[in-house]
Amino acid sequence: MSVTQATAAGTVSGLRGAAVPDSARPRRRTAARRWRRALSPLLIVLVWEAVTRTGLVPDSKLPAPSAVLGAGWRLALDGTLGGHLLDSLTRAAIGLAVGGGLGLVLGAAAGLIRLGDDLIDPPVQMARMLPHLGLVPLLIIWVGIGEPLKISLVALGAFFPVYLNAYAGIRGIDERLVEAARTCGLSALARLRHVVLPGALPSLFLGLRLAFAAGWLSLVVGEQVNAQSGIGFMMMEAREFSQTDVVVLGLLVYALLGLLSDFVLRIAERRALAWRRGLRAT
Amino acid sequence: MATRTESDVTDLDAATGRGAAVVVATGLRRTFGAATVLNGVDLVVGRGEVVALLGSSGSGKSTLLRILAGLDAEADGEVTTNGRVAVVFQEHRLMPWKRVADNVALGLRGADVPERTAAALAEVGLAERTRAWPAELSGGQSQRVAVARALVRQPDLLLLDEPFGALDALTRLKMQALLQRLRLEHGFAALLVTHDVDEALLLADRILILDNGVIAQDVPVTLAHPRAHDRPGFSELRRHLLARLGVPADPDG
Ligand SMILES: Nc1ncnc2c1ncn2[C@@H]1O[C@H](COP(=O)(O)OP(=O)(O)OP(=O)(O)O)[C@@H](O)[C@H]1O
Ligand SMILES: [Mg+2]
Repeated sequence: MSVTQATAAGTVSGLRGAAVPDSARPRRRTAARRWRRALSPLLIVLVWEAVTRTGLVPDSKLPAPSAVLGAGWRLALDGTLGGHLLDSLTRAAIGLAVGGGLGLVLGAAAGLIRLGDDLIDPPVQMARMLPHLGLVPLLIIWVGIGEPLKISLVALGAFFPVYLNAYAGIRGIDERLVEAARTCGLSALARLRHVVLPGALPSLFLGLRLAFAAGWLSLVVGEQVNAQSGIGFMMMEAREFSQTDVVVLGLLVYALLGLLSDFVLRIAERRALAWRRGLRAT
Repeated sequence: MATRTESDVTDLDAATGRGAAVVVATGLRRTFGAATVLNGVDLVVGRGEVVALLGSSGSGKSTLLRILAGLDAEADGEVTTNGRVAVVFQEHRLMPWKRVADNVALGLRGADVPERTAAALAEVGLAERTRAWPAELSGGQSQRVAVARALVRQPDLLLLDEPFGALDALTRLKMQALLQRLRLEHGFAALLVTHDVDEALLLADRILILDNGVIAQDVPVTLAHPRAHDRPGFSELRRHLLARLGVPADPDG
C-alpha cells in the first residue's frame, strides 16, 4: 500500500524537476492534491476522538487518540517506553543483520557461482514456501522461548527477500556490460565492484525494504511469545491490566518504526541510485 | 580453446614476413552445436593498418571479433596480439551507474587518469559532458563516449563491431570522419566490422570478406585519401564487393 503511494509521489516530483519554468499551475495543483489527500485521515482521527470523548465507544475498548498520546508521553517520561523500544530495536537489528547478511552471502554465491546455484538455490526455493511465522512452535522446541526465538524469527523473515532479490539482481545483470568491463582490463574482483554490485543494487534495495517489512512483522509475532521486555511485551502486559491506551500506543510505535525505516531506506536508495533519475528525466 | 599469446614485435615479423603486425590469427574455428560458424580463419592486421571485415548477416563477423578480443573461451585456433587492444561494440555498453568520465576511466590506473580521460573526451567533442550520466546522452554521444573509452587506453589495435550501425545516416558520416581523424592522429590499427560497403571503402586500407566460415576475399584498397563516392575507382570497387557479397549493384552505383 505505502509502496504504491511512494512510487506515485516519486514520479510526480521527477516530472516536476524536468518541467519547464512556467509550470506554476500544475505545481499548485499537486500541492492542493496533497492537502486533499491529508484530509480524510485527519477526519478519521477527529471522528475517532469525538466518538470516544462522548462515550459512544467505551474507553476500555478504544481510548481517544489524545489519551494514547498522553500514555505515550507518560511512558516516555518515566523511561519505560525508551527501554522497551531499545530492546525491540536490538532484536530487530540483530535479526536483520543475521538474516540479511546470510541472505546476501548465499544469494550472491548462488547468483555468481554455478556450483553455488546448484547447491543453494533448490533448498532455499523449497524453504521459501514455508510460512516462516508458522514455524513458531518448531522454533520454540529448537531454541526455547527466550531471545533466540525472537531473533531467529526476524532473521528468517529478513533472509528470504534479501536472498531472492540478491539472486535476481545478479542474474539480471546485462552480460554485455560484464564483457565490456573485461575488455577494459577489469579483473574478476574489479568487475564485481564496478559492474555486478552497482547493477544489482536496485534489486538489493528492494530486497532490503521487503526484509525490513517482514522483519517488523516477525518481531511483532515473536514479542508476543513470553517476552520479558520490548514493545510487544509492553502491549501484552498492558492488556492484562486493561490499559487499552498503552496497547494502542504499542501498535502506533510499531507502525512508526516501519514507516521510519522505509523512509530512511528510500532516502538511501535515492542517493545510491542517482543515476536512475537521469533515466527518468530523459 | 584458442591459444592467446602476447608476443614481441620481432617474433611477429619473422612469423608473418609482413612487417610488424598487431594481431595474427591462424586456424580460428568456432562451432555452436552442430553449426560451424568459423572454419579455419587466418588473419593478420599490420601496425597502423585499417582492415574492414565484410560479410552477410550471420556470417560470423562478431564471433570472429569476440575471439580476437579474448572474449570467447570456447574457440579453437591461435591468436597472437602485440600491443594494447581496445573494443568498441555495436551498442555503447556504458555502465549506466557511472558518469561519463568514470566510464571512460574504467579500469585505468595512475595519477594522470583524470587528465587522460578529459583529453579523450575532448577528442570526441564531449569535453562538456564529463559529469553526465549515460542515460542523459543521445545515441551518437554515447557511442562517442565508447570511442573515447577505447581511445584513452592508447590502443595499438582497435576492434570495432559495427560501431556506427545503430546511428542515423548523418551522425554515421560524422562518426566516420571522426574515426578517420583519430586514426591519423594516433596511428592505431583497426579491425572494423561493418555491413556498409561504403563505410569500408571510405575508411579501410584492406577489405576482408568473410564467407562460409573462411576469409573468402582479401582486397587491398589503394584509393587515395580523402575518399569519396565520385573519386575514380570507387564505384568499380564498390560494384565488385557488392557482387562478391551477393548483391547486384545498381547500374548508376
Ligand atoms: N552464443 C551463441 N550461441 C549460438 N549460436 C550463436 C551464438 N553466437 C552466434 N551464434 C551464431 O553464429 C552465427 C554468426 O553469428 P555472428 O553474430 O558472428 O554473425 P555476424 O556476422 O556478426 O552477423 P551480423 O552482421 O548480423 O551482426 C549466427 O548464425 C549465430 O546464430
Ligand atoms: Mg554482428
